[in-house]
Order: sequence, then C-alpha cells, then structure tokens
Amino acid sequence: MEKVIAGKTIHVNEEGFMTDFKEWDKTIGEALAVENEISLTPRHWEILGYIQTEYKNEVPLSIRKIGKSGVVDIKEFYQLFPKAPLKTATKIAGIPKPASCI
Amino acid sequence: MSENKGEIKKMMIILSKATLENVYAAFVLANGARMEGIEAEMFFTFFGLEAVHKKKMNSLHIATVGNPAMHIPTMVGGLPGMEALATTMMKKEMAKIDMPEVPEFLEILADSGVRMWACKLAMDMFHYKREDLFEGIEEVITVGDFYKKSEGEGVHMLFI
Repeated sequence: MEKVIAGKTIHVNEEGFMTDFKEWDKTIGEALAVENEISLTPRHWEILGYIQTEYKNEVPLSIRKIGKSGVVDIKEFYQLFPKAPLKTATKIAGIPKPASCI
Repeated sequence: MSENKGEIKKMMIILSKATLENVYAAFVLANGARMEGIEAEMFFTFFGLEAVHKKKMNSLHIATVGNPAMHIPTMVGGLPGMEALATTMMKKEMAKIDMPEVPEFLEILADSGVRMWACKLAMDMFHYKREDLFEGIEEVITVGDFYKKSEGEGVHMLFI
C-alpha cells in the first residue's frame, strides 16, 4: 500500500515496513522515527547505517549479529530503540522486517 | 481475552527441566518476547536451575530416551554415549542457524532486559548457593514472590 510521509509517497506493507528501499531517504527516516517515538541522535544514525549496509550486502540480521557487530552492544541497542529494537530500527531504516527469532 | 484486546504485555516463563531442547525453547521464547517489545521474566526451578548453574550449563544434554520424536528406539537411546552423540549432532545443527550456546544465550537474555529468578525451594534441595549461579540471576525467590511479580494485565505464564 501507499503512504505519504515527509511530503513523499512510499510503499509499505501492512505492518508499516517499507517495501522498496530505493524510496528511502534521511527525511523519511526521521519521519518514521517520529512515528515510532524515537528521537534520532548521531548514535542512532550509526546503527541505522550499519543495518542498511548489512541489508545491501544481503546479510540476515539478528539480535545476536547486532551484538557482535562492534557498532553497538545488545544493552545499548535496547536503550536506543526501547520497544522491539530490531523491528523498530529496520522500520526506520526502510528495510524489511528481519525473519529472525534470535 | 477482553482485557487489552488480548495483547500480551509480559511473559512469565518457568523452566523446570535442563534437557537442552527445553532450555532452548524457554530461551527462544523469552528472547522472542523482548524482540517484539514484550516484557519477559524467567523462573528457574528444579532441574531448570542447571541451565543457570555455572558449572553445569555447558554440559546440558538432549534426551534420547522417552522422546518419540528422536526416532531412536528407547533401548538404543539408553546405550552409553547416545545422549552425548545426539547432543553433539544437535549442537552442530544449532550452530548452523546461528543459535548461541547456553552461556552466551544467557548473556543475550540479560542484556535484552529479561529478568531472571531462581527458585528458593529448589536451591535448598540441590544445595546450590547464590554464587553457583549465573550473575544475571537477580534474586532467589519463593513461588509466592514469583506470583506477585506476575500480577497485572496482559501477563501470560508458561511452564516448560
């Protein structure tokens, strides 16, 4: 389905995850963060950047991988994105929800 | 189910067994809850305490006897070394799907905000001390304390 955000039209699924990463830009990321009650700091952007790089390299994401990334540890990840961190971070980053249980 | 439209707010998971498949089931469910933004607490009781016992958590086995899904005849499953063999095979498969070993999984759970408790009665029965247990265990509590912690809307309890 289509959604208008930050003055642009994007395509999202029923859970609000963007279905076409090419449509994503930083202003959309900021608007998605507001919707998810996150105020983005430079630290958030570092993690979002890491997640997007992994996605582009087709590396499946999991909480364990994030913890071993060297970018952020699991504790801080939960502090920065308090509710469902992997889901929220991928949603803001404009990539699909990871299908991981761990 | 009318309360909160059935929304799950917190999972209270009781682990009473130390067979690897049960321990992993409990861990995956607790971690999965946190990943979805659901609170999670774990209560380790009876043999479940071995999963958080520093000297035992590394040598947990899967059960080869009395488990029809293993497709090993009970007589064969009871032979010496069968549990170790089946455990090694299962651990290999789990490593392939990026499943952490028990100590690392416990760290992930603690870092993810899963609150963990040990059962006082079982601690007394097995003569375990607080310092025998993983540091992420917050406190040794009674079953009554655990029920108290389980109060509230949208709280679900699971016995493994």
